[in-house]
Order: sequence, then structure tokens, then C-alpha cells
Amino acid sequence: MPDPKVVLVRHPFFAGIDPSISETLAECAHEVSFPAGRFLAREGEPASGFLLLECGTVALELHRPGRMPIVLETLHEGELVGTSWVIPPYRWSCDVRALDPVRAIVVDARCLRGKSESDPKLGYELLKRFLPLFVQRLEAVRLQLLDVYGETPT
Amino acid sequence: MRSPDPFVPSLFRVDRVRRESADTVTLGLLPIQGEIPAFRSGQFFMLYAFGIGEIPVSVSGLWGQGPLLHTVRAVGPVSQALCRLRPGDTLGVRGPYGSPWPLPQAEGGDLLLIAGGLGLAPLRSALLPALAERERYGRIALLYGARSPADLLFGEERSDWSSRDDLQVEVTVDHASPAWRGSVGVVPARISHTRFAPERTHAFVCGPEVMMRYSAAALLGAGVPPARIFLSLERNMKCAFAVCGRCQFGSTFICRDGPVFAYDRISRLLSLREL
Repeated sequence: MPDPKVVLVRHPFFAGIDPSISETLAECAHEVSFPAGRFLAREGEPASGFLLLECGTVALELHRPGRMPIVLETLHEGELVGTSWVIPPYRWSCDVRALDPVRAIVVDARCLRGKSESDPKLGYELLKRFLPLFVQRLEAVRLQLLDVYGETPT
Repeated sequence: MRSPDPFVPSLFRVDRVRRESADTVTLGLLPIQGEIPAFRSGQFFMLYAFGIGEIPVSVSGLWGQGPLLHTVRAVGPVSQALCRLRPGDTLGVRGPYGSPWPLPQAEGGDLLLIAGGLGLAPLRSALLPALAERERYGRIALLYGARSPADLLFGEERSDWSSRDDLQVEVTVDHASPAWRGSVGVVPARISHTRFAPERTHAFVCGPEVMMRYSAAALLGAGVPPARIFLSLERNMKCAFAVCGRCQFGSTFICRDGPVFAYDRISRLLSLREL
């Protein structure tokens, strides 16, 4: 089993991170793996952390009664899964399903929130890394909503 | 034979029709008289459905390799009429017009082709010659986005492209059911997953204008110089040779100076709402 700290600092999301911060993050991290088809999280469940994908692909899905779920987005190797842990009430806003075998580092939210409260440097570093991710994903959702390929000439 | 009057189309016959999706076909056209006029990848022709009207359509094939290929999506009266054509039917053709993809300029570096929806058709005409002279380029990648899996074009050919070791193909759709095994998400978000060296990359982008603006922003963010990002723009056209002014875009005409523009030339114009 590889050292979570090594995987953390190599992951694109934490590229260039201060070694002292990566040490702290690693104290809250461990490696996990999931077979294809397994749900990593379900909508409404406590968002107990986030995952840094090392390999594999996951789908973010919205379930609908009596109908097929909608795939909102797929996330791939090198991407981060899970932002609900940042904002109360800390619950997953969609289902997360492994499309193929997944290996990831999971960072425990309770541990990280606790350390961030006592270490503003850590909290600010997380803010600087998560805020652009929120903005990127918001812009992507806007573009999806525009349905640009479906529009007809005026 | 080309008419001396630039407004008069030449008569072409539909040689073949290939259905690409529910609303999109590729027409293979041959002239009734004479030869297919020489054209380059990225240029367009005006296609005239008799009694209905004329629209600009980019070439999706190569010159000198069989019929003139145009991929048309049925969205308006003219394109719907073109999509209804069957082998043996005739139509009017004028062209070629406009600027080509700058393939020679991209030689020696990486080539990134970013297509959205029907934008894959004009980029197919850039990809095919690049693959035919593969040794002239570094990495080549195709990033292709569509509305849904059912809207993806050139299915068989894309499978061939995906199986090549010397071409990275990334396909993503905006909406899908769990039956779709590929990527779901917008094209600009996938650019960071495409392998290229930004400082030596030429990026050719074709698709809906909003998607191209977001893609250009992502390319700039990745470090691709603005002079190496090329967009193929689309506007309504009438004459196609810079007389009527219908497609005027700032101080340029899309029919004559485009449709392929370097981003550094038009970035300011793209932000003007009046255009």
C-alpha cells in the first residue's frame, strides 16, 4: 500500500503544496479502492470526506424514481471527487458510482475541518485550492445548461 | 464548369448519402460538368437547395479523394431540404470560399483539434491530412463533445481513430444515461486531460460559439499562445465573397477573411455583444 502522503503530493489537485501542509493532510488520509459498479457515496449521506482519484472513473448521478438516473458528470484519474464536505450540512448532493475499478486517496472531512480550525494556514490553502474548483464546476454546469449543441440558428 | 457570374452556382449531383445521426447526413457530391474545384481543409461552399435557398457549409472531406463531402444538420429550411436529398438529386454549388485551417503552420509541433457537435465535420478535413502525413506533427489529439451519445458523428471512423496509437481521441457528451460508458462533461473541462505541450501546440477549434469561447479561455489558461489558437466562425451569409456585408465581423468578413481566424485577431470582437 503506497504512502498516502506520497500520493497526495503527486496528485494534480495538490501540485506544489507546502510540505508541512501535505504532512498535515496525510494525517487525515488513507487509500481506498472500489470495484466497478460500487457506489462510493449516495445522495443525502454524510459527506465524510473527499477523494483524489489515482485511477478509474466515477459518475456523479442523480436518481429519479421509476426512471434511469441522469449522469451529471464523469470524473477521471487525477480529479477530485466531493465538495459537499466543505459546506454544512455536509451531505452528498448526488450519487457517486465507480464505472470501473477505482483506486483513490480519501481525505477525512472531520479530521480536516478540525485541523483547519486550529491551523488557519491549512484552512487558507484548502480555500485557495477548492474555490477555483467550485468556479470551474459552476462554469461547466452553466455551459451544460446552455445546451449549446441543441440550439438552432436565429 | 464554373460560371463566370459568381452568384450562379454550378450544378452538382448527389452521388451518395450517409446518415450520421437522426438529424445529420454527409452528402457526397459530384459536378454534372467538369471537375470538383480545388479546395483546402477548413474552406466552405455555398449549397443551394433549389427553390428554397442557399447556405454555407464547410467541407468535411479532402480535395482529390472522391466526391465533395459536406456534412449537414437539419436545423432550418435549407439544411432540412439538403438533408432530404437522395442519390441522383441535383443541387447548386458555389465555391470554395474562405480561409483554410493553417496546417502547414502547425507542422513540427503538437496539433490539438477541439470539436463541438457538427464542428467535427470541418475538423475532419484537418485531421485526415494530418494523419496522412503523421510524421510532420508531434502529438495529435482530438477532443470531441456532443449533446448526447446519439448525436455523435462519424461513428465507424471515430472507432478507427481511437484505435490508433499515434492519436489521442477524447469524446465527451453533455447528457447521458448510465448506459453510456464514456465521459460526461463539457469540452473545456476536458482540455486538461488532453496530452499536448502548450508552447508548441496549434489548437483548431470548431463548434458553437459559446463552446469555442470557453475552450479558447481554457487553452489560454493552459498556456497555448493566442496566435496559435484558431477558431472557425459561423454567421449567416449571402454572397460569400465579401460584397453583401451580411457576415461582416468588425472590420473583417467571415466569408473572405474567415471562417478560420487566429484567436489573437478576433478575441476583442468575440466579446462585443453587437456582433
